[in-house]
Amino acid sequence: MSTSVYAYIAVMAAVTYVIRLLPLTVIRREIKNKFIRSFLCYIPYVTLSVMTFPAILTATSNRYASAAGFLAALILAYRRKSLITVALFSSAVVFLAELVFGM
Amino acid sequence: MNRFSSFIAGIRDGTPIFLGYLAVSFTFGIMAKNGGLSVWQSVLLSATNLTSAGQFSGLSLISVCAPLTEVAAAQLIINLRYCLMSCSLSQKIDSRTPFFHRFFIAYGVTDEIFGVSMSREGYLSPFYFYGIIGISVLGWVSGTFIGVVSGGLLPARIVSALSIALYGMFIAIIIPPARNNKVLAGIIVVSMLLSLLFTAAPLLREISSGFRTIILTLIISGAAALLFPIPEREEKAEL
Repeated sequence: MSTSVYAYIAVMAAVTYVIRLLPLTVIRREIKNKFIRSFLCYIPYVTLSVMTFPAILTATSNRYASAAGFLAALILAYRRKSLITVALFSSAVVFLAELVFGM
Repeated sequence: MNRFSSFIAGIRDGTPIFLGYLAVSFTFGIMAKNGGLSVWQSVLLSATNLTSAGQFSGLSLISVCAPLTEVAAAQLIINLRYCLMSCSLSQKIDSRTPFFHRFFIAYGVTDEIFGVSMSREGYLSPFYFYGIIGISVLGWVSGTFIGVVSGGLLPARIVSALSIALYGMFIAIIIPPARNNKVLAGIIVVSMLLSLLFTAAPLLREISSGFRTIILTLIISGAAALLFPIPEREEKAEL
């Protein structure tokens, strides 16, 4: 059992590392092509949006508390608050909302 | 910026990641213990993989003694999105930066480190990456450790509340640049709506979350790049 756990860990780590490494070592230069440049610039916004919603609604133990935290994060982010402020404040809102909704 | 101040800037930017990782990996630690892993194995798994969805799915496969090839395939599918992120990140590293740094930076390509470092302007020093990766790994590994050894110590309410922290951080990354940029604002709304569609609609919801992210990223970023190519000059100032 014990050896096979290490084999699992090694295989998982190797696959994940190669996925991360390949593009970084293959694309060494600044890309000039306008389409590809624009594509790469848009990637973070699309990826983070897709990963955030609707997953954020099921992140905590109560859907309404999650929705309240989501709303708080949107408002604070719009007001250009720092990452740590938005992260902590939305957590605090979830904490209070879970007390109110009594999970 | 010299190496030291880049490193410090990375640590500062990584502080919210540290907190969010602490909560998520704490949950992972509890599950790893329930799955029969020792403290050392759990910590090793977190330190070498540094990926939430991949580790959770890997854990469930380990506990049913799945074949190694199946575990490898699952990791490939779930973590393939890092490939896209690395493509994007490759443009944040100056081509004059010594090549070997890329082998170390690659270790730390996670959703959160990618998101935060892309929100910085211009080229990034490898030492910035070492700062942000270092503090994030610290949160990820220590959270795992605490989760395994003290499962029920942290109240469930706190863990639940902190689980939203990383999403809050994502929102803080994508919303401010979209305030004065209608294209970005539109991209964010379309991305979220299509993500909702892919999560809820019959057939589409059968697609795993990893593939959902990849498919939507390719389609939406591709369409946006075709419809709204970014002019050469504006690029640096805008993003």
